Amino acid sequence: MDSRARVVLDEADIGRGIRRIAHEIVEKARGSDDLILLGIPTRGVALANRIASAIGEIEGTQVPVGSLDITLYRDDLRLRPARALETTSIPAGGIDSKVVVLVDDVLFSGRTVRAALDALNDIGRPAAVRLAVLVDRGHRELPIRPDYVGKNLPTSHSEQVRVELDEVDGTDRVAILGHVEDGAAG
Amino acid sequence: MKHLLSAADLSRDEAVLIIDTAAELAAVTDRSVKKLPTLRGRTVVNLFFEDSTRTRISFELAAKRLSADVINFAAKGSSVSKGESLKDTALTLEAMGADAVVIRHGSSGAPHRLANSDWIQGSVINAGDGTHEHPTQALLDAFTLRRHLRSGAGDLSGVRVAIVGDILHSRVARSNVLLLKTLGAEVTVVAPPTLMPYGVESWPCHTSYSIDDVLPDVDAIMMLRVQAERMQAAYFPSSLEYSRMFGLDSARVARLPEHAIVMHPGPMNRGMEISADVADSPRSVMVEQVTNGVSVRMAVMYLLLGGMQEEI
Repeated sequence: MDSRARVVLDEADIGRGIRRIAHEIVEKARGSDDLILLGIPTRGVALANRIASAIGEIEGTQVPVGSLDITLYRDDLRLRPARALETTSIPAGGIDSKVVVLVDDVLFSGRTVRAALDALNDIGRPAAVRLAVLVDRGHRELPIRPDYVGKNLPTSHSEQVRVELDEVDGTDRVAILGHVEDGAAG
Repeated sequence: MKHLLSAADLSRDEAVLIIDTAAELAAVTDRSVKKLPTLRGRTVVNLFFEDSTRTRISFELAAKRLSADVINFAAKGSSVSKGESLKDTALTLEAMGADAVVIRHGSSGAPHRLANSDWIQGSVINAGDGTHEHPTQALLDAFTLRRHLRSGAGDLSGVRVAIVGDILHSRVARSNVLLLKTLGAEVTVVAPPTLMPYGVESWPCHTSYSIDDVLPDVDAIMMLRVQAERMQAAYFPSSLEYSRMFGLDSARVARLPEHAIVMHPGPMNRGMEISADVADSPRSVMVEQVTNGVSVRMAVMYLLLGGMQEEI
């Protein structure tokens, strides 16, 4: 991580955010019988797994976790060279009539979530779809809002939020990188 | 990557990327909505100068699963049968705004000509040219081999494959030898001397004139169709003799290692290069090859057309 990076969440903050999301999910679902967590690769999947184990500690139940790659549903495919696909794995039993919680690391423009909703539509018909994100950094470009947020992080549009998780990056932290020209995660 | 003309053009990483992508796209076949929006608004032309059923419908299905618009152009009954040249056909397709042309042609090198001319701006995918190459068939074979012999990940290092039959006329054999070698497999081509191509010793593979010699030492055996339409000369005395010498029957299958799979690109001549009981046995993966063909062609079209078009 370069010197312009400003760490805004450390390991303990991320852990607290995840536990709070887990509590809120359980509360809203009144138990967790028909819940499914779907992470958006790559860091969303790691977060989904952590939320699932946090729910397991609270409720003593095992929530199914899957991953949902949204690459083929992106609206900016033609702006960049074709990219490699990530894994999509839907838990056995499918998503029909389940409460699906989409999990991603950063909520920015909302375009990733829009793509994920389109992808879900082709896979089945959930009873409800909710959205959990570790960081909401604002600057929405679509009418999408999260149901569960680990941390609201006011940012300027030109900044970049980088989430690093142990499973993927070997460390847990969230940092803001100043004034990056483009390539903001979304 | 803009075109897919030859298996030789693919690096190991590119080939693995295509196969990995195909593995992800294969899941679409199991869903209730077997369609992705990825190529919405793109037009794919299937330009088939030679008869083909499975390759054409495989490409057609692959393009439709990705939401592309598909135009099928068969030479028979078209302007080509009235004497139109490849160039004029291509210019017509370009004028109609084709984003990709999937071409099968009886002349080796026709896709290369199309791709390297300024006749069309879109991507060219070789779906079989003369006796030259058929790269998507090699990719689907590699995908099938990897699923069965390498649990669906990485490359094909150390996998031993025998390709048996009419190597001389087979674009499937050529593409497979090149691609499987790139992926680290060890390939042996087996044919009667009359059906072995000139210069085969320069190919990156072993050669043998006896199927019985190679049987115990392969992980997969790929039987090629005896191409009656290319048999103007007498390459072997009789079909019965060919079948006895090079056909795969249950006695020969029994001599394969326990885990070895039997492949065939289709369409097959039952009783000629492969006996009916072998074709229908659980060892044979031909039906799966057809399924995998759709996934691999989806992967190729996604990777060629799905992203930003490269500057020309």
